Amino acid sequence: MSSDAKNHPFHMVEPSLWPFVGAFAALTTAIGFVIYKATPDGPLLATLPGFLLIVFTFYIWGRDIVREANNGVDHTEPVKHGLRMGMVLFITSEVMFFFAFFWAYFNANIPFLSFAASDVWPPEGIVPLETWDLPFLNTMILLTSGATVTYAHHSLRAGNRSGLTKGLFLTVVLGVLFTALQAYEYMHATFSITDGIYGSTFYLATGFHGFHVIVGTILLIICYFRAVKGDFTDNAHVGFEAAAWYWHFVDVVWLFLFCCVYWWGGYGFVHG
Amino acid sequence: MSDDHHKPSFARRWFMSTNHKDIGTLYLILAIIAAVIGGGMSWYIRLELMEPGIQYIDDFQFYNVLVTAHGFLMVFFVVMPAMIGGFGNWFVPLMVGAPDMAFPRLNNISFWLLAAGLILLVIAGLTGGGPGTGWTVYPPLSAKDYHPGMAVDLGILSLHLAGASSILGAANFITTIFNMRAPGMTIHRMPLFVWAILVTAFLLLLALPVLAGALTMLLTDRNFGTSFFIVEGGGDPLLWQHLFWFFGHPEVYIIIIPAFGIISEIVSTFSKKPIFGYLGMAYAMSAIGVVGFVVWAHHMFMTGLDVDTRAYFVAATMVIAVPTGVKIFSWLATMWGGSIEFKTPMLYAFGFIFLFVVGGVTGITLANAGMDVAFHDTYFVVAHFHYVMAIAAIFAMFAGFFYWIGKMCGRQYNEGLAKLQFWIFFIGVNILFFPQHFSGMAGMPRRIPDYPDPYAGWNYVSSIGALITAIGTFLFLYIAWTTIRSGEKAEANPWGEGATTLEWSVDSPAPFHTHEILPDMTGKAPAE
Repeated sequence: MSSDAKNHPFHMVEPSLWPFVGAFAALTTAIGFVIYKATPDGPLLATLPGFLLIVFTFYIWGRDIVREANNGVDHTEPVKHGLRMGMVLFITSEVMFFFAFFWAYFNANIPFLSFAASDVWPPEGIVPLETWDLPFLNTMILLTSGATVTYAHHSLRAGNRSGLTKGLFLTVVLGVLFTALQAYEYMHATFSITDGIYGSTFYLATGFHGFHVIVGTILLIICYFRAVKGDFTDNAHVGFEAAAWYWHFVDVVWLFLFCCVYWWGGYGFVHG
Repeated sequence: MSDDHHKPSFARRWFMSTNHKDIGTLYLILAIIAAVIGGGMSWYIRLELMEPGIQYIDDFQFYNVLVTAHGFLMVFFVVMPAMIGGFGNWFVPLMVGAPDMAFPRLNNISFWLLAAGLILLVIAGLTGGGPGTGWTVYPPLSAKDYHPGMAVDLGILSLHLAGASSILGAANFITTIFNMRAPGMTIHRMPLFVWAILVTAFLLLLALPVLAGALTMLLTDRNFGTSFFIVEGGGDPLLWQHLFWFFGHPEVYIIIIPAFGIISEIVSTFSKKPIFGYLGMAYAMSAIGVVGFVVWAHHMFMTGLDVDTRAYFVAATMVIAVPTGVKIFSWLATMWGGSIEFKTPMLYAFGFIFLFVVGGVTGITLANAGMDVAFHDTYFVVAHFHYVMAIAAIFAMFAGFFYWIGKMCGRQYNEGLAKLQFWIFFIGVNILFFPQHFSGMAGMPRRIPDYPDPYAGWNYVSSIGALITAIGTFLFLYIAWTTIRSGEKAEANPWGEGATTLEWSVDSPAPFHTHEILPDMTGKAPAE
């Protein structure tokens, strides 16, 4: 029965140590966090070993997947279909993660949802960011990056390799620019995360979005180097598709953040 | 295990596994370990409550920690790992005719993240007085002011890891079921257990990230100065309850829907009939899953929601009784006219149906916002949810264990001893939990280690029930141990003509790799 030749199209994965290492990394990070927070001035450094171990796990596990993708045997059509499905499901769960932060935000400012909602928004004393200033510029940057990643995708499918790498390069540059401008905005904001419910909802929602932008940028950088190396063909580029979908997802979350938090949330506020 | 399959060495097999059966076994072992800890806590609680006054637990924070840890352990580290991680991993690929899960490495990290979560939870219980928040972790009790140490933070991180484990597992199950079914195994031919795991996986995928978001907010409230749930900063403690129960209500279906799947398999097998109303059963589970997302605030009737909101949540909650009734009546209709064989799994299926109906009826009672004013936070609620999702789930787990143990380890349990175990357990849990309806209706509050003398009688009876249940539990562990060590060799299909699903078409124990030649289901009837 168990001969060398497989009788089905699915990928029977060899035993791997990385899942165990990854879970150990998560445990180490959690314990590091507790050590960091157990005393008022605990060492932030305590979270570092776990963090490095997580990065290592992603690297070495991802390397295995790329090798399997490139060996021409393991990633059959049904396997690729499954990988795409898995990515869509993961993004779906991420949507629900942000759902919680948007709920917290609306709970704070729509009296219909909560007796505790603030009558005025932003609450007294908070000077919100100017919607049509940096936030709008960032919206344009992220929308443009959505277009450039789509350009890369079309180039790949049309066999235009230089279009692929150029598109990816531009997307990465725009992603980094977005993160830099977000950091600038954080540094110059007049309110902080400890300034009550406004600062809490603003920084956690936009902060987690920013974190996702950074992750998405890293995925695109990996795709860029793989593309330069010659990976991906017009009909085999699941890794690229996953990164592109993830990028569109962070784009859409940003549009909701921009419309709800920056625009509607600061609507009618007159900057002095 | 058959010899024609190359198996990896011990370390590679159990720490680096990419095999759905081995990972399923690991999940079952973890569930049994957690069940012994969580069960031990509940017996300690019952010992304390056996008589009025304080017997053993004079540190009331410790009592709260016991209640909290018992809930966390049973929900996240016993029932979910056993039903979804254990039986789901073992039998979903076998039943749909797939050679393994879609993402075998992801499957393994799901298990190890859960193990890491269990370690964090144990550390939480031993740190700074432990988390005494109840499994619902309501602020302000769970805020820094009332739980200053790191115990609650460790609990939060534990649930984060358990949640990540379940989300990854859910994506894995959905992909396996959608993408890896054998030729001809259409969606409408899948065994109902596979349907159950599919619905459950969607609930996990959509509900757990909301818990993760809420836990993150609680963590930043406690450690980084945010005010999501802190009134002084413009926050709202009720926001936590909304987010928690938006997750929490689907969570109770995450626990019970796999049980529906197991019971459907068993009722059909031992009635020697296909399940009555196969499609109705499948879509009833789906309907329960969908409606389960829009009923959460029935856990919050006492928080000052306005009347219209409460009216909606009463009505929406009542609606769930309809698909649930479809299931109960379809099980009964399956048995009707069947040639019923009273093997232990079938006894446990009967037990499940009885317990679930009792818990369901008290659920309808509690769904009424008006009644809930009287019953909220009393032992009536404790009795209700233990019937409907705790002991019902355990009965389904025992049913599944006796049904599938031959397939998993190649040895069959002792029928006579197992039937004895069933009766001890059935009598034990009913003596344990039925009287709690009475003390609850008389007003006895939850989560308090002491009570006035008038509640003494039923509490004493309840604790006697706990003792009988404990005997049943240890007898189960004995049966499990002797079965695995020295049970009789199991046939490929020990249940005869009624057992039609694909797992019975492979040897017992199931070889290391199965369905390497995909079975062809074209033109076959639905698996039930």
